Amino acid sequence: MKYFIRKLGFYLVALWGAVTINFFLPRLIPGNPAEALMSRMALNGSAPPGEYKILLRLFGLDKGNIVTQYWSYLVQISHFNFGVSATQFPTPVTSIIYHSLPWTLMLIGTSTVLSFVIGTGLGALAGWKRNRFLDAIVPATTFLTATPYFWLALLFLYFFGVINHFFPLNGAYDPTLNPTWNWTFVSSAIQHAFLPGLTLVVAQLGGWLLSMRNMTLTTLSEDFVWTAEAKGIAPRRILLGYAARNAILPSVTGFAISLGFVVSGSIVMEMVFSYQGIGYQLLQAVQGDDYSLMQGIFFFISLAVLLANLMVDLLYGFIDPRTRQAR
Amino acid sequence: MKLETEVDQHVSTSHDVVLRARNVTVEYGGEMPTRAVRNVSIDLRRGEILGIAGESGCGKSTLAFALTRLLRPPATMVGGTVEFLPSSGGAPIDLMALGPRELRAFRWSKISMVFQAAMNSLNPVTSLRRQFSDMFLAHDPSMTSDECEQRSCELLEMVGIKSERLNGFAFELSGGMRQRVGIAMALALRPEVVIMDEPTTALDVVVQRDILEEIFGIREQLGFSIIFITHDLPMLVEVSDRLAIMYAGEIVETAPSTLIGDDPAHPYTMGLQNSCPDLRGERAPLVGIPGSPPDLRFRIKGCSFAPRCAFAFAPCHEVHPLLTTPMGSVRGVVDAGNPSLVKIRPSSVDRLAVDEWRVACHLHDALPSEAEMSHDSEEVAVTGVERS
Amino acid sequence: MTTFAQTVGTSSPTSGSKRIRSRIRNGWGTLRRSPRMFTGVIIIALFVLVAIYGALFVHDANSFGAPILRGPSLHYPLGTTQLGQNVLSQLIGSTGPTLEVGFGAGLIATFLAVAIGIGGAFIGGKSDELLNVFTNIILVIPVMPLVIVVASVLKAGGIGPMILVIAFTSWAGTARILRSLTLSMRSRDYILASKVSGEKTWRVVIVELLPNTVAFVVSGFIFTVIFAILTQAGLAFLGVGNTSALTWGNMLYWAQNDGVLQVGGWWWFVPPGLCIAMLGTGLALINFGLDEMLNPRLRSLRPVRTVSHEFDGESAGN
Repeated sequence: MKYFIRKLGFYLVALWGAVTINFFLPRLIPGNPAEALMSRMALNGSAPPGEYKILLRLFGLDKGNIVTQYWSYLVQISHFNFGVSATQFPTPVTSIIYHSLPWTLMLIGTSTVLSFVIGTGLGALAGWKRNRFLDAIVPATTFLTATPYFWLALLFLYFFGVINHFFPLNGAYDPTLNPTWNWTFVSSAIQHAFLPGLTLVVAQLGGWLLSMRNMTLTTLSEDFVWTAEAKGIAPRRILLGYAARNAILPSVTGFAISLGFVVSGSIVMEMVFSYQGIGYQLLQAVQGDDYSLMQGIFFFISLAVLLANLMVDLLYGFIDPRTRQAR
Repeated sequence: MKLETEVDQHVSTSHDVVLRARNVTVEYGGEMPTRAVRNVSIDLRRGEILGIAGESGCGKSTLAFALTRLLRPPATMVGGTVEFLPSSGGAPIDLMALGPRELRAFRWSKISMVFQAAMNSLNPVTSLRRQFSDMFLAHDPSMTSDECEQRSCELLEMVGIKSERLNGFAFELSGGMRQRVGIAMALALRPEVVIMDEPTTALDVVVQRDILEEIFGIREQLGFSIIFITHDLPMLVEVSDRLAIMYAGEIVETAPSTLIGDDPAHPYTMGLQNSCPDLRGERAPLVGIPGSPPDLRFRIKGCSFAPRCAFAFAPCHEVHPLLTTPMGSVRGVVDAGNPSLVKIRPSSVDRLAVDEWRVACHLHDALPSEAEMSHDSEEVAVTGVERS
Repeated sequence: MTTFAQTVGTSSPTSGSKRIRSRIRNGWGTLRRSPRMFTGVIIIALFVLVAIYGALFVHDANSFGAPILRGPSLHYPLGTTQLGQNVLSQLIGSTGPTLEVGFGAGLIATFLAVAIGIGGAFIGGKSDELLNVFTNIILVIPVMPLVIVVASVLKAGGIGPMILVIAFTSWAGTARILRSLTLSMRSRDYILASKVSGEKTWRVVIVELLPNTVAFVVSGFIFTVIFAILTQAGLAFLGVGNTSALTWGNMLYWAQNDGVLQVGGWWWFVPPGLCIAMLGTGLALINFGLDEMLNPRLRSLRPVRTVSHEFDGESAGN
């Protein structure tokens, strides 16, 4: 129980950290961020009317010193009020996020889970069987892990999209369709998600495979596995209940940590596929100097990653009973 | 440390053998293979406690694993046979010939092991209940979970652990308790042979005594044979019926433990005896054994102990001594007061009369010399013994 | 219970310098025995050589004037870009800056990780707890969004800020590993022995502790370099930072920007990505070898000599 409370506390602190970083980001621009933004927007075309006031309020610059600004910022955040997007004026930031975040979550969620399951499964087998073939594919998977997601995405796009026309080249779904829960839409969504998903799965697979293989090999030489063999327990039971059960623990921890990195990589990849997830929106925001949108996106990405981390940590608490040790 | 449990009930006078090993040789593979067990032949009799003693690295544990077919790569058995003779009669089972499935069925139900530091022999993340039932179901898939639970609780009570612990995990138990669970597991299927590899080494002295009493108490009830492996010679002398001393991968002496403690035949055994201070005796300087064990990667010419032996003479460096009945009744001893002197005097035990005594030493494989025969019961100081 | 004087020698960590020397000897042996690590070292060496001497063999990477978007040919082995540049020259010319960013960020990040991870764990107490929480927070906050925003805010280009930004966001993983390593070593006997004998704390850390952590630090460094190169490539691809600098990531940016996919100019975007992947693989292979060195159980299967003629004729009275 203590374990869970501790974890929850940690993530609250981390969230606070993320929020605070978010607060300081626009202030990195020298001078008055609102004015700087106005002048940048003016270069790209005129700024929407009233934007200056909005920006001031968003950055809390119409208040007094930095402490009151911070406080009013926190209040705003707690109401999920991120203001209005500059590039997609007058759409509220939260509405943009609402429409794009689920796509990213679905894509990343499915592909990370899939690649974790396949990767650790194969890794456990590779560690268990110790045959030449599985040992030999390790360098191949190493190569894949070293590949940037977006380049792999380009390759797949080129091969499956441009040359072979199997899959659509961009977008999250057929733009002529309306998002509803009918089969046409869903199948279109799946079709569009296939290549990005494939990229993510293939790129991450190697890492899981390798670490699970190594951990399995180490675990197999532990005394309790040997004792289990001596007891005459069937090999499959030993692999599942004794070896893999212990070997997977570090990977679970690693999974939590990797979520942040996967999000990072997928942002770039979304651009390749023009997949309208939250990463895509972030990039648009960066290109358009849309600070309110940037802040909102950063907050929600952090929130999502932290929540996922928390869930994985809680899961870990369940599968490793040693965490319930009284300290 | 005197144990209350009387062991003489089970000192078998019959030579009803339950485990028979012949010419067992084990090598650890690698760039330079190490021959850890060299041509070992030994019998374990039904109902007896056979102790195997020797220093670290002499091959005792490797031998134990070879006897139960538990060797792990890079260790492989490169020669010899191990046979198990079931108490129900019937043909001897050649352990090396068993297929995987038969081996799994055989393991633990006929021969089981208690490992050194059994603390690590339990799966850290699954409950004890689960581990017990894994073991039961592996051998009898028809057992219900109730039956498993009942048997497991019985076993835990037998080793002195509250049965509520069954739902707990390994990390909730202390070292001694985990060792007891290891013992409970080893005895669960009522095997005929239990091999205990340093079962109490990692524990403190008080717990040691408790556990040993536990083990022998249970043995009273169930009547299995034990191979007890340790480097603690005095404990072994107290506890076992027969003793085998290992050095450099070979057995150099076997004898009934009550006799070997008084008058060991092999110089190495003498050295072991002398290295252990007597808790209650007079103060005397501790005499160790100079030198180091030989490198087991190489072939050994002659006797493996010869470089360190105070009694080594010509044949010791040339001819490898066989484990046979000691013919002579000589005994050598190092003069503690003057270590450069080697005294030979007649043995206080007539080893020839003890039909179980075996020793691998050239001191014992010839008739006594002229010097012996003329000075019957006197001590004779010589610095080396000439043999014809 | 008694034990005997002679025990088979166990290898416990001894003094630092002896350890380093034997490690180097071990390392060379392992290098020869581990084909993977050897391959990795060769690959990295190749890249470094190209970075240093490449300019001698190719023409100016930035010059225009070549025919536009031609495939690989004798004169232009890797074809040309939309703007008439020689892809091969660009590729070779980018090696240096890419390696700079990778190793630069790697060094700084590793230094931070060692200072915070090992130092914090060694000092212990409240400051260690604080540092640990700090490390974990950095670890969970998603890096790329942060880097993108920060890098775009600091629009002033150049490789320097890029290195710093990447370094400051990637040290946390290694720090965490080093911290648990140090914690487990801190209570080992040889450390306590040196402390008790009066050795100053900083000396204990440098002479006794650090040499035993070297393998992990190197492994962490390699990971960070891989990460830095990938991140930098990603940022460049997005157009963050100085897009006219010569890096593989930027090559990919321009390829994407100029719609290479639509016109099928694979020779433009495949090689840079391939180089990134190869460099990463080389580093990962070295890491692999390090793993094997630290944990012999991971070594590849090698046929075991079970029948040794060394012992023929031994025993049975030879």
